[in-house]
Amino acid sequence: MTIPADLKYTKSHEWVRLEADGSATVGITHHAQELLGDMVFVENPVVGRKLTQGEECAVVESVKAASDVYAPIAGEVIAANGDVESAPESINQDAYTAWLFKLKPASAADLGALLDAAAYQALVDSEAH
Amino acid sequence: MLKQTPLNAAHHAAGAKMVDFGGWDMPLHYGSQLGEHHKVRTDAGMFDVSHMQVVDLTGEGARAFLRQLMANNVDKITLPGKALYSCMLNEQGGVIDDLIIYFMREDWFRIVVNAGTAEKDLAWMDAQREKLASQLTLTPRRDLAMIAVQGPNARAKFWAAMPGSQDISQHLKPFQAAEMGTMFIARTGYTGEDGFEIMIPAKAAPFLWQALQEQGVAPIGLGARDTLRLEAGMNLYGQDMDENVSPLESGLAWTVDLASPRDFIGRQALTSQPVAHQLMGLLLTDKGVLRSHQKVVTAQGEGEITSGGFSPTLNQSIALARLPATIAAGDTVQVEIRGKLLNAKVVRYPFVRNGKAC
Repeated sequence: MTIPADLKYTKSHEWVRLEADGSATVGITHHAQELLGDMVFVENPVVGRKLTQGEECAVVESVKAASDVYAPIAGEVIAANGDVESAPESINQDAYTAWLFKLKPASAADLGALLDAAAYQALVDSEAH
Repeated sequence: MLKQTPLNAAHHAAGAKMVDFGGWDMPLHYGSQLGEHHKVRTDAGMFDVSHMQVVDLTGEGARAFLRQLMANNVDKITLPGKALYSCMLNEQGGVIDDLIIYFMREDWFRIVVNAGTAEKDLAWMDAQREKLASQLTLTPRRDLAMIAVQGPNARAKFWAAMPGSQDISQHLKPFQAAEMGTMFIARTGYTGEDGFEIMIPAKAAPFLWQALQEQGVAPIGLGARDTLRLEAGMNLYGQDMDENVSPLESGLAWTVDLASPRDFIGRQALTSQPVAHQLMGLLLTDKGVLRSHQKVVTAQGEGEITSGGFSPTLNQSIALARLPATIAAGDTVQVEIRGKLLNAKVVRYPFVRNGKAC
């Protein structure tokens, strides 16, 4: 699966999309769901919670294991995806549409420090060896 | 270097995600663990369990030796081919391993032990043999592979894959085995479904695997093997019991025969210790996933989850937990998950048998 070029990525396998309204949508990557296997549980941060960059803020659990999701950038949680909480398997079906939560970034400039698609691809490739 | 079963190439060819399982290169899943789980519950799946160790015990007086070596009573198996599930205990009453013993003849019993404990088991069995019955011979059958075919359609599909096998195996009762040439067909398993476990010469195993695949039997990885056995309420060695806990506190009292006057290894320790805990099932009523080692909080003291996970059949998280002996089925307890206390209901297990919730 190709890594979408319009998203930003973290070393801990989250993706981030900057929306037109200035908010940031967060999910986990296709590579991450492949490593974890069939998803069975998602716990999102509550709306209104203020996150610092790198903070543990959500949990995804597969049949295999629980995995923490880290805030890619600092910001306030403005939405949590209830659909993905009730159907965690949607992450396996398409990790880039099954978003977890949306943030109001503390600073839009923080996104610039994240990995682009090419850099994330290189990270995935290096993990395969 | 990881050890490989005779089916290793078949797993790689099928695109399995392989993992290091106690030193063996084994398939975790072939795509979807959930899909594989449902396939076994509704149709038929096959597992490579060749990493498990078959040991033949031969010679005069084999039964008398096993009376001392095993916590369950081998005198329960007198019909040729009949199998018995038992624990093998140390002097302290801890579980060295859980295993299956097949009675074939008075001078031949076949024992199947866990992969991770095989060397330790063999060393223990041999030391006891030396002490108690040195005329006996223990032969680890490293020349045999083992394939488990499980599911409501497993037996019919095996018969279709292996001409001539139906006559020999269709009248087998659960926990009974028969030989067919160099093959050994046992109506046993680790899923809570009907089916067979087939021991077969290593060289022939890939052909049986292929023939089963042609009958629509899906390969199933260790991931689904674990969720299937957990739903079936079957203990896993190293998680639900080990050398440091009594089988009486591990849900295995039904396998420990204290009715006969046999003086088996570990008996004295077992009968002199108080039984303060029990193994019970948990159903998580809040949202989340129970995992092994999570703490259980009850009004009568703390407990611990020994095996936990998501039940694909119940679509809910389930667990086996070691709880204070005074807790009863129907009680509500709390499980600590990431600092939060979630509610779980105490239940008797199995959770699922023959495709249906219990």
